[in-house]
Amino acid sequence: MTASLTTKPKAREEVSPLVKWARSNRRAITSTLFLIVMLIGFTAANSDVFTQFKTYRSVMIVLPVSIFVVVPLVFVVTAGEIDLSFPSVVGLASFAFVKIVDVGGDPLVGIAAALLVGALLGWLNALLVVRIGLSALVATLGMNFFLRGLINILVEGFSMAIPEIRNSPIHTLLTDDTFTVVGNLGVPNQMLWALAFTALGVFLYNRHTFGVRVHCVGDNPESAAEMGIDVDRTRTQVFIFTGIGAALAGVFSVMINFVWWPTTGDGLLLPVLAGLFVGGTPTWGGIGTVFGGMIGTSIVAFIETGVIAAGLTGFFTQFFYGLIIILSLIFQRFNGRRVR
Amino acid sequence: MKNDTIIELRAVTKSFGNVNAVDGISFGVRPGEVVGLIGDNGAGKSTLIKILSGVHQPDSGQILVRGQAVRGWNAAKSRASGIETVYQDRALAPQQTITRNIFMGREIKNRFGVIKVKQQYAEANRLMRDIGFTSKVFDPDSPVATLSGGERQGVAIARALYFDADLIVLDEPTTALSLVETAKVFGFVDNVRARGRSIIFIGHNIYHVYDIADRFVVLDRGQVVMKESKAHIASAEVLIKHMQEIAQLAHVDES
Repeated sequence: MTASLTTKPKAREEVSPLVKWARSNRRAITSTLFLIVMLIGFTAANSDVFTQFKTYRSVMIVLPVSIFVVVPLVFVVTAGEIDLSFPSVVGLASFAFVKIVDVGGDPLVGIAAALLVGALLGWLNALLVVRIGLSALVATLGMNFFLRGLINILVEGFSMAIPEIRNSPIHTLLTDDTFTVVGNLGVPNQMLWALAFTALGVFLYNRHTFGVRVHCVGDNPESAAEMGIDVDRTRTQVFIFTGIGAALAGVFSVMINFVWWPTTGDGLLLPVLAGLFVGGTPTWGGIGTVFGGMIGTSIVAFIETGVIAAGLTGFFTQFFYGLIIILSLIFQRFNGRRVR
Repeated sequence: MKNDTIIELRAVTKSFGNVNAVDGISFGVRPGEVVGLIGDNGAGKSTLIKILSGVHQPDSGQILVRGQAVRGWNAAKSRASGIETVYQDRALAPQQTITRNIFMGREIKNRFGVIKVKQQYAEANRLMRDIGFTSKVFDPDSPVATLSGGERQGVAIARALYFDADLIVLDEPTTALSLVETAKVFGFVDNVRARGRSIIFIGHNIYHVYDIADRFVVLDRGQVVMKESKAHIASAEVLIKHMQEIAQLAHVDES
């Protein structure tokens, strides 16, 4: 009978909580170590620049814009989708913000409008991908061109400046240096907000029903549907979340620069995507790391500073982008292939 | 009427166009028994599973849950009746932890949707022990991908148990599994039976079904051609011989 066939399972050693933690977070740990090693390398190349706080501060001024986009993008890629429309969503959502502030509206109303525009555009992406069933890669790429075109038609190439925002309390709250480190220089508030957003993302990703369902949908949609998860709803939510993240990125971008350009957001496409994958989120869905995504965009942000500080000309920047992206992906490769 | 069946089908039919996939099937499952459902390809096994899980509605006939006829049978009613189906290939999300798989779609959470991680972990640990995983060997935080094929079936069975399934339908759970892995699945099935829950075990491998089932229901071309308890069948060979005879009779019919 069956008893004769039953075998004793091999005993496995109990692992310490620390080892367990390291195992389940190894992708984020890998990218963090990579960032540290890279910064040590830069410091060795130019210790004058990389031992000064202001070097880090200058990177932290614009880095947050990328972080607001990369956090929700980790959810999108984990769900097995991709969204390439975020550069134009950043542009269009921040246009809503700058337009309202420009005509004398309350900046808070402007932020609300930007978030609404971002969420609507995210929903529109979801409509194309989830409801109509277009390929996410092609549909969102198309949306990126379409929305940028819309911006160009709306403003006919003109930029908009809102220097008056500098004295508003909302600007102080979002982008001043509240906590000073050296002299009157501090960590820019936008970096703190971006870190808070990352923490929220990490929490949603790992501890909230939303994030857990995103994992299941990206891993095995048939099984998720079988177990009663509304797969289409989950996919729609990740696109809307990305729209909201892109809107926040747009608002911060304008707050930091006091200027909105018709090209606002355009430069984000490659650094954010590179940061996402360098951070340790694989392309195939089902797993990823929000913290790693934040680290990945930091790696990308420090490359340019590092290359220049090391005494190389700007011509080397792209070369090192490529080199470091490939190197870090090789590192991540040791974290395993896709398992089925 | 007797009230001791979990589910009973009476003269259930289902046809697709001209094909009578299920052609008047009657059988019931009692608590704490393992029913082996066997039959060749095209015998109507998968249609029958889909009727049990509520994916298909029968064209005619009755479905009784604990003696009560149920109208408008569907997936929700099937699940509410305590029937869980474990499909061989699409049950689990392999990159996720055991815990996440067990609670997939029905997480333990507060009203803000925040998952009660500790409670899920403890519950997963308990379920895994209940069906025969030793807690020292497997950690509910391990990804399913680190488990063997038989152990993965165990996770799917544990999930069904968590949702208080009285009847678990296992669709070809040992197909493509090694002997050792099959033994593990049998261990899980034994534990489910010992807890008074029932299982419908569907398989191609008659040796496997013979070993684990208490009772056999043999299907052929949409009909039940044999219902027999294990006590009346001396060995798997005898069962195979019966089935060969049935297949030959079928050929005689056709000629």
